[in-house]
Amino acid sequence: MSLAEKGIKFIEKITKNAGYNQEWIILRDDETSPEYGTLPYERPIQEHILNGVINLDKPPGPTSHEVVAWIKKMFNIERAGHGGTLEPHG
Amino acid sequence: MTGVLPVGLANSTKVIGNVIHTMKEYVMVIQLHAPVDEDKLRKVIEYFVGKIYQRPPLRSSVKRVIRTRRIHYIELIENTERYVLVRVGCEAGTYMRKLAHDIGLLLGVGAHMRELRRTRTGPYKEDETLVTMQEVSEALYMWREMHDERYLRKIILPVETAIAHLPKIIIRDTAVDAIAHGANLAVPGIVRLTNDVKKDSLVAILTLKGELVALGKALKNAEEIAGLKKGIVVKTKRVYIKPGIYPPVWKKGSGK
Repeated sequence: MSLAEKGIKFIEKITKNAGYNQEWIILRDDETSPEYGTLPYERPIQEHILNGVINLDKPPGPTSHEVVAWIKKMFNIERAGHGGTLEPHG
Repeated sequence: MTGVLPVGLANSTKVIGNVIHTMKEYVMVIQLHAPVDEDKLRKVIEYFVGKIYQRPPLRSSVKRVIRTRRIHYIELIENTERYVLVRVGCEAGTYMRKLAHDIGLLLGVGAHMRELRRTRTGPYKEDETLVTMQEVSEALYMWREMHDERYLRKIILPVETAIAHLPKIIIRDTAVDAIAHGANLAVPGIVRLTNDVKKDSLVAILTLKGELVALGKALKNAEEIAGLKKGIVVKTKRVYIKPGIYPPVWKKGSGK
């Protein structure tokens, strides 16, 4: 399988896993060079962390903000953010 | 509340906020203030499917004016004397506490939300990717102390999962660096696009390897774009990839 085929297959997989349905409109055929960039699932671990998302099961009690602060500390990274609050009081 | 809370690490912070506007699913325990007939309960629940009106609660971060929200489905999972367990799929910004209260009003007995768990926010769901703080902590330990990165790889998802719900445009290698510098996307740079690209909608621009390049606003629908030979079709809004990862085009052709 070519690098471009792997890349497109990856996109199709994450779209399907997320529960969405999309069809392609193909304008032209093209390949991608192995000399730069990387398949998202083959990033070196450090890169993978810096370009990563955790689908976290928020524990009860702390606020979403507090949970993000803990994650930041655990990974020793400067920035982290969540996708929509899930507050203790609902 | 517990459940699905996607957390973007470092660079992913830039785009994780986009899932705020996606559909949500919750599992909720409603406590009834008096028992009700199950047929009546089913009828009332069904009544709330579709367009509903809600005024944001006192403890909320938005302006408290009545607004409409769509409830996609409410599934009655279990019903005991005083407790009702439901699964609710709804539009972003729907208040579950309000919904529970309003269901109580229509039942005529009163009710309130007792427990809530989010089971979906757009592309992130309660599936094998959902991990606890404990699992995160253990995976970090295995990586730092045992030099085994496999667990960390498993619990961290690529940033591209955060745009899985968006229409997508895949571009050629030669177009990547210009976008990384903030340029808009023109037709010749496009390899393929999804059929749900709509004028004025947010789209994700990706490389052929599947890497997120940027988010942008489409200026035309997918079919229109497919019929064009040239011209700007996406206005770049938020650049994700760093400049210099893909080669600048002028280096390639000119031989300098």
